[in-house]
Amino acid sequence: MKHADEYRDHDLAKGLAHAVAGQLAALGATEARPIRLMEVCGGHTHAIFRYGLADLLPKSLEFLHGPGCPVCVLPRGRVDDCIAIARHPDVIFATFGDAMRVPGSTRSLLQAKADGADVRMVYSPLDALALARRNPDRRVVFFGLGFETTMPSTALTVLQAEAEGIGNFSILCNHITIIPTLRAILDDPLMELDGFIGPGHVTMIIGTEPYGFIASEYRKPLVVAGFEPLDLLHAIHMILQQKLDGRCEIENQYQRVVPNTGNPVARKAVERVYEPRATSEWRGLGDIALSGVQFRPAYRRFDAEAIFALRGERVADPVECRCGDVLKGLAKPWQCPAFGGACSPEMPLGALMVSSEGACAAYYQYSGLQNSALDAARNKVPA
Amino acid sequence: MTSPMKPLIAPAATSRRSLSATKVTLAHGGGGRAMRDLIDDVFVAAFANPDMGDMDDQARLDLARFTAIGDRLAFTTDGFVVDPVEFPGGDVGKLAVYGTVNDLAVGGARPLHLSCAVIIEEGADVALLRRLAASMRAAADECGVTIVTGDTKVVGRGQADKVFITTAGVGAIPAGRMLGTRRVCAGDAILVNGPIGDHGATIMAARGDMALEADIRSDCRALTPLIEALLAASPDTRFIRDATRGGIASTLSELAGEAGLGIRLEEKAIPVREQVRGICEILGLDPLYLANEGTFIAAVPAEAAAAAVAALRALPGGEGAAVIGRATAERPGGVVLDTVFGGSRIVDMLFGEQLPRIC
Repeated sequence: MKHADEYRDHDLAKGLAHAVAGQLAALGATEARPIRLMEVCGGHTHAIFRYGLADLLPKSLEFLHGPGCPVCVLPRGRVDDCIAIARHPDVIFATFGDAMRVPGSTRSLLQAKADGADVRMVYSPLDALALARRNPDRRVVFFGLGFETTMPSTALTVLQAEAEGIGNFSILCNHITIIPTLRAILDDPLMELDGFIGPGHVTMIIGTEPYGFIASEYRKPLVVAGFEPLDLLHAIHMILQQKLDGRCEIENQYQRVVPNTGNPVARKAVERVYEPRATSEWRGLGDIALSGVQFRPAYRRFDAEAIFALRGERVADPVECRCGDVLKGLAKPWQCPAFGGACSPEMPLGALMVSSEGACAAYYQYSGLQNSALDAARNKVPA
Repeated sequence: MTSPMKPLIAPAATSRRSLSATKVTLAHGGGGRAMRDLIDDVFVAAFANPDMGDMDDQARLDLARFTAIGDRLAFTTDGFVVDPVEFPGGDVGKLAVYGTVNDLAVGGARPLHLSCAVIIEEGADVALLRRLAASMRAAADECGVTIVTGDTKVVGRGQADKVFITTAGVGAIPAGRMLGTRRVCAGDAILVNGPIGDHGATIMAARGDMALEADIRSDCRALTPLIEALLAASPDTRFIRDATRGGIASTLSELAGEAGLGIRLEEKAIPVREQVRGICEILGLDPLYLANEGTFIAAVPAEAAAAAVAALRALPGGEGAAVIGRATAERPGGVVLDTVFGGSRIVDMLFGEQLPRIC
């Protein structure tokens, strides 16, 4: 923990925040025309709120909370698929904890569990494989979700199941990839954005090279950052320095963990098991081409989508929610009419309210001290 | 299936029945000899004390014992379920004694007697029940309370998880002790008796499904000595509540709401063990919301805070006592944390359980 504490030092933070304020002034940023940076990763969103980072920085810097929370972009139809599988009497449905509360069209996995489905919370796909080993008379399905960060672990679990000849294990694959979605965001004509704080964990796998187009084609700086508050401040400082120098580059602030080349061994396992999917649905953002993966034919016997004849029904996002606008940074959570009323952590309507990495839940739980509009929205009486 | 413990207590140890089975079966809940064997040999043998009296359907307690202490009776009950049943630093039996004793103590009461109702799952190990009963007796002796009445039920496999225990407790409150949220004033110091989150983190690690190994024990303990010391050092203490499920965040949110005041916390003043912080970092959890079993929050007048902390620090379980914040007139009903990093954020009550994050 000492190692982590070094990255939370208040005095260092004050110095760095002061330097950032100087850069913002030199760039001519104001509250009316702020510099707008998107933190792509939900882990960053969480850290920004948990440490009250915005309190330390001038209002001439605005954070846009990007789509990098895998639970938050889970479409409702996909949750319905999970529940349909989990309701088979011989199925044990295993999932990461934070997917349990994501609302489907009528219910969440947590509610399905209460209704009798055998849904288990696990911490790793290998735990789900162990369940399959221990319960040979049941079919164990693991919900594989997440970005490149979690893809290698599900791919390796499938390879392990294959090596052991375990036949009662499969994965419902909802893995998605961040790069096509970043391009979609950059192509959105309404998007006004000055740079990206790049996702540390994803980059640990994919390396920095895939971000190249952001600098070369779209002329935006991106700095890959760690998850401690000083990491974030440092990354912001690096982005602003690029702006001051007139540079647009991909830089890596998180070099103590993330090699620029990523993890080729992990990528190899992923490529062996998965192939690009023509299109994947993201909650709030819709369909994005080549933004997810599916099993290669050689591994289809581990593919829950093939094993269980899923209806794969599309369920539209709730009309009253502005999840998509919030994900793209076009609206702040409290500007959504549902925020704090129909949609709260108790009764999440949109997925951004479910995970602590979701922008809406983060605003709801942690913020509102200096923002009376947010405070009012948060405390309004549910309709 | 009623099986009151009382009538089965034989006046002399020699006529007590003994139990030879190693696993509990439904027969042990059937009201016949098997049930008597279980109650006599496991529970009555462990709890035996003069307050059990003449084995009727109820314990009969001398009022003089209560009036010698105070002018009000305190009465509470709590159910205890935990997986695993035994964990580093305690077990469900110990929890069931300390938990109820603590619920009395935080109201300023001196605990005197407990009841104990046990729901046992078919197939439970008799050896486990003996360990739990012995553990309850040891905890009761430590707290100076007696277990005076009880009940057992056996339910089918899968209808309970090994053992569920419900205890109720009575105690007496010394005259003049007035603790409650309504007595808390803006400016009061908020203190905690030691590091937070030990119990919640221990249980998570002990479940073994995270392959986490940590040198950590539950904080499960009787708070009576600490609370008596606190009230002696700071007689005008306003409020005490043990921060069990939901952690100190939930207790403080309740306090803010009920007192109509704001609470301002200083993150760097809140004691958290390294191991607990490590587990929280790995799983993306917040120690403010982790359960405790021997940790309380108190509000004392600001001028009494130093004496209160010093008194607590002199006792086992109070070594880590600290002032962690203060009550304020701003933002009534809300809890605000000044972070180690120099920012601030709202600390809200959670709707459900904390769920580990995936990345």
